[in-house]
Amino acid sequence: MDLSKYRHPELVSNIVDKLARWKEPVKFMEVCGSHTMAIGQWGLRKLLPDSIKLISGPGCPVCVTPSCVIDALFSLEGVTIATFGDLLHVPGSRGTLADARANGLDVRLVYSSLEALELSKERETIFVGIGFETTIPGIAQTIQIAKKENLSGFSVLPIFKTIPPALDALLSSEEVDIDGLILPGHVSVIIGWKVYSFIPRKYGTSCVVAGFEPLDIMVAIERLINQIETNSPRVDNEYTRVVTPDGNLKAQEFMQQVLQPTDTYWRGLGLIPNSGLKIRDEYARFDAAKKYDITLDFGKNEDNINCRCADVLKGKLTPPQCPLFKTECHPHNPLGPCMVSSEGSCAAYYKYET
Amino acid sequence: MEHKKIILGHGSGAGLTHKLISEVFAQTFKINHLDDACKISDKMVISTDSYVVNPLFFPGGDIGKLSVSGTINDVAMSGARPTFLVAGFIIEEGFEISALQKIVCSMQKTAQQAGVQIIAGDTKVVEKGKGDGIYISTTGVGILGDGDELSVNRIQVGDKLVVNGTLGDHAVAIINARDRLELDPPPMSDCCALNNLVQAMLKSAEVKFLRDLTRGGLATILNEVIENSDVGIIISEELLPIKQSVSAVCGLLGLDPLYLANEGKLVGFVSEDERLLDEMKKHNCARDAAIIGEVTDEVKGVYLRTTVGSLRPLPILNSDPLPRIC
Repeated sequence: MDLSKYRHPELVSNIVDKLARWKEPVKFMEVCGSHTMAIGQWGLRKLLPDSIKLISGPGCPVCVTPSCVIDALFSLEGVTIATFGDLLHVPGSRGTLADARANGLDVRLVYSSLEALELSKERETIFVGIGFETTIPGIAQTIQIAKKENLSGFSVLPIFKTIPPALDALLSSEEVDIDGLILPGHVSVIIGWKVYSFIPRKYGTSCVVAGFEPLDIMVAIERLINQIETNSPRVDNEYTRVVTPDGNLKAQEFMQQVLQPTDTYWRGLGLIPNSGLKIRDEYARFDAAKKYDITLDFGKNEDNINCRCADVLKGKLTPPQCPLFKTECHPHNPLGPCMVSSEGSCAAYYKYET
Repeated sequence: MEHKKIILGHGSGAGLTHKLISEVFAQTFKINHLDDACKISDKMVISTDSYVVNPLFFPGGDIGKLSVSGTINDVAMSGARPTFLVAGFIIEEGFEISALQKIVCSMQKTAQQAGVQIIAGDTKVVEKGKGDGIYISTTGVGILGDGDELSVNRIQVGDKLVVNGTLGDHAVAIINARDRLELDPPPMSDCCALNNLVQAMLKSAEVKFLRDLTRGGLATILNEVIENSDVGIIISEELLPIKQSVSAVCGLLGLDPLYLANEGKLVGFVSEDERLLDEMKKHNCARDAAIIGEVTDEVKGVYLRTTVGSLRPLPILNSDPLPRIC
């Protein structure tokens, strides 16, 4: 696909000129980590007037994965751990999976759960199932294939998280002060945009589902301003080239067949009801937590007490306002969840904004 | 968290590698100034490098070609004309002799084309499971011509930055071959010797400094070049030669071509000279040569002027760039 039209300097600059006239202070949250990255990569924050602040939300799967997951993996022996690349540098209380690999744990970087399935034909393999609705359907389908092919060496550690319950929890917090949401594009391809209808209805918050090119994001901001100006909060879909009202029904079916909602812990945000997915009983033999008796001590040893990531995730602080930012907390020594992944708001600020 | 053991990131060429070199090697060997190549007399430079790559054969090259062109390039970047190479081989028990033969022939062909002789070597065999097929280490020497000595100290505000072609090709070729992404057509590595190109550049323009754009890619290397200086660099996104296929793969995997390794690319700091690009483009390895930015005192550090007009910092990364989840 030719993306150049979504990077058109003149079209971006037209919106920049229009937005420059906006004076009322507003805070918009980009929910998704890929948006945080795109905003940094394209330097979009610097193109906005001081009145429009962008803050980064909880949509980075690595950032919100509790460190106890890493600790649990450290204790495993005689099994191969297959994981997406960016989990490799997430610190647990005993170090990162990269450290664990140097100590002899067999950690393999994979691009897809199907690669882990292939590995499991030769050796016992646990696939670390982290991610949102974007990656979950593929993993659910892989579990179904494992069942069909009776591959006893394959299992998944389910750390899945879903976006709508997290947004509900976030917006219901009295501390949160957000005027509009830039909703995740990839997740919405799967779940559609109608599922967010409760947000303007319940909280009066403006919403736009957006793509990841600079023009997508600038159009989304312009539309949020428009909703505020006309006092008509709703869910707009800017990413019409791939996002539909109901999403990908086939992918949703895979998720529903294999997984069911459960309460789960988000690093920085705490326990959120029904915001996770666990493996259904009929697929229990592919659940690594059951197979290897893995207990996750959510909440234990989590964050440095001075870490302000929870406030950053709620939009109360920008990363440089945290006392640990760039003093003790760096990408090579991340103390809090937002510095952990390159998509985290602190890491993106560190890389692109300072 | 400090690492107590070597992790793969220590070999990434990024921040962790720098820390390891300065804290472990440079301190003990009492080396103040770390460069890829080092002068051992008024007219002679030496450089050494070790090559590990998986897979050993990839579209556009193999470990043999890489091990010869890589060290030739390290010598050539000092401005010297590479002359002789010696090679060390660590071979794993069970390795096919026919594959070894193929690698050695590839080394000889690359050396011959570059006008360099391989004159000595060493072979060790390790037990099965103790090596990854084959590792090759090469050391090269080169002769400096009059006035050809290049130095980072010669860089000044207003100098232009030139690259000899598209960025990120080697890394994407390796990722595709290693991780079986099955891209069609497969991306080709840019692996090649640049010594003849360098000599042509030195004749056609005032070249201040050169670096080959290997580990860490353009962004990391530009940071290294101006690390201890008062000047900054701004490169322009619309001038950067990047293949559309490389850009698409990087977009998909969450990688940035500016941080990916090349094996046949250099960046030159030069005084503006219209003849330079024409002369460079006469070489096969520089058909897409382009001026990509300049040295400035407007900023400190390395920045990218994006196509939408904003200025984005290009900092040094700490470790390997890793593919993202979504």
